[in-house]
Amino acid sequence: MGLIVSLDPEVYFIVWTSLQVAGSATVLASIVGVPLGLLIALNRFRGKSAVLVVLNTLMALPTVVVGLLFYALLSRQGPLGDLGLLFTPSGITLGLFVLAVPTVVNLSLAAIQALDRNLFLTCKLLGASLSQEAVKIVKEARFAITAAVVVAFGRVISEVGIAMMLGGNIRGFTRTMTTAIALETAKGEFELGLALGTILLSVALAVNAFLFLLQRSGKQ
Amino acid sequence: MKYERCNLKKSFLTWTVLAACMIVVSLAHSETRLRMSTTTSTEASGLLTVLLPPFEKANNVKVDVISVGTGKALKLGENGDVDVVFVHARPAEDKFVADGYGVDRRDVMHNDFVIVGPKSDPAGIKGAKSAIEAFKLLAEGKADFISRGDNSGTDQLEKQLWKMAGITPKGKWYIEAGQGMGAVLQMAYDKQAYTLTDRGTYIAHEGKIDLPILLEGDKALFNPYGIIAVNPKKHPKVQYDLAKKFIEYVTGPEGQKIIADFKVKGKQLFFPDAEKQ
Repeated sequence: MGLIVSLDPEVYFIVWTSLQVAGSATVLASIVGVPLGLLIALNRFRGKSAVLVVLNTLMALPTVVVGLLFYALLSRQGPLGDLGLLFTPSGITLGLFVLAVPTVVNLSLAAIQALDRNLFLTCKLLGASLSQEAVKIVKEARFAITAAVVVAFGRVISEVGIAMMLGGNIRGFTRTMTTAIALETAKGEFELGLALGTILLSVALAVNAFLFLLQRSGKQ
Repeated sequence: MKYERCNLKKSFLTWTVLAACMIVVSLAHSETRLRMSTTTSTEASGLLTVLLPPFEKANNVKVDVISVGTGKALKLGENGDVDVVFVHARPAEDKFVADGYGVDRRDVMHNDFVIVGPKSDPAGIKGAKSAIEAFKLLAEGKADFISRGDNSGTDQLEKQLWKMAGITPKGKWYIEAGQGMGAVLQMAYDKQAYTLTDRGTYIAHEGKIDLPILLEGDKALFNPYGIIAVNPKKHPKVQYDLAKKFIEYVTGPEGQKIIADFKVKGKQLFFPDAEKQ
């Protein structure tokens, strides 16, 4: 337990790596996912129900499957091998991004669909342009959409499969909190694994507290 | 209305700045990095934390260590995802070179495996004259045995021993864990079972796991390590020159001395093997 208080620089770097990859992936997934969710929610098109079913399924994507798939893509032998993303933090971010997008899209979609239909009518009646309408809708649903982003962040910061397969758990480079825990547990160092797990939970708590405060200041 | 919009803008700005920072930082990794795949037991021993830094400093590079099971370590070499492979599974290494995936294979060092088990030794392997005899006794007695089951160097040796004993291990007593050596040792201790382990991991866990060594010293339990560069003819993008430099360092006087001097709990773990070339 003294480990948690001790200022081991290696642990700090591991925490920073986790935040970095999870944070980038979540932000990128939100930038792509929220507009996509908006698009799907507001439009009626053929095959919409199929899309919704697929989205629901993708939310339960097993992380090792994503990891394996992207390893095949990013490997030197693979089609995207020349990008040199394998065994780098960017590689992990890419995999986490793919994992997070369905969650963000699906939950934003649900958030927007839960809004009062009258809102859409009102916008149209008042002659709002497409972008004005979009902004208004996102603002109205902002709490549920923020929740969607938070869920996505929770999912990516706690996953192991992708970080392990695409990052390689390289000491001082791509070791995240979760892969470090997996390593220590595999070595039989259960105490150390638990200590790291506690740090992971505290970090997740801190990030969520920060987001909550940010949300609150936006409300005032 | 104006007040609300102003604060929304501020929080959005904070978000964007944070995001930009994270993305920029995650893209900035332009140091020269040599990629090496090795086994989990090699990294777990702690040898690399003393072996790598002098090379890294002298050549101004970073060595990225990807530690996985031997099977995967060699596969990464086959795919050209790493520049150099450092494992301990001679038959698999020879095949790797014969198939053209690796070049410049050199012996580096060796340690050995031991068979550990419950103090009571229900299968009675303590007096056995060889590892193969011990394995025969284990199968006959159907004593709980934990296998790595993950195609690692340890696992491959274990399968070889069963083969030499003419036994196909099957049944509730033969437990394939699919995990690293440390976890398997813990499992063996919890279940009071037998297992095959490398001496290094065993020493590292000596305080926590009270499973005595019941058989050691048999030549069949010899565990030699080899280092191989990934063939640049198959994968032109690998850093062959740097890999060669690293191999020369590890098999040269400086690397070999570091290996010999490396001790865990006061005991030498690895014995340098590189021939003078």
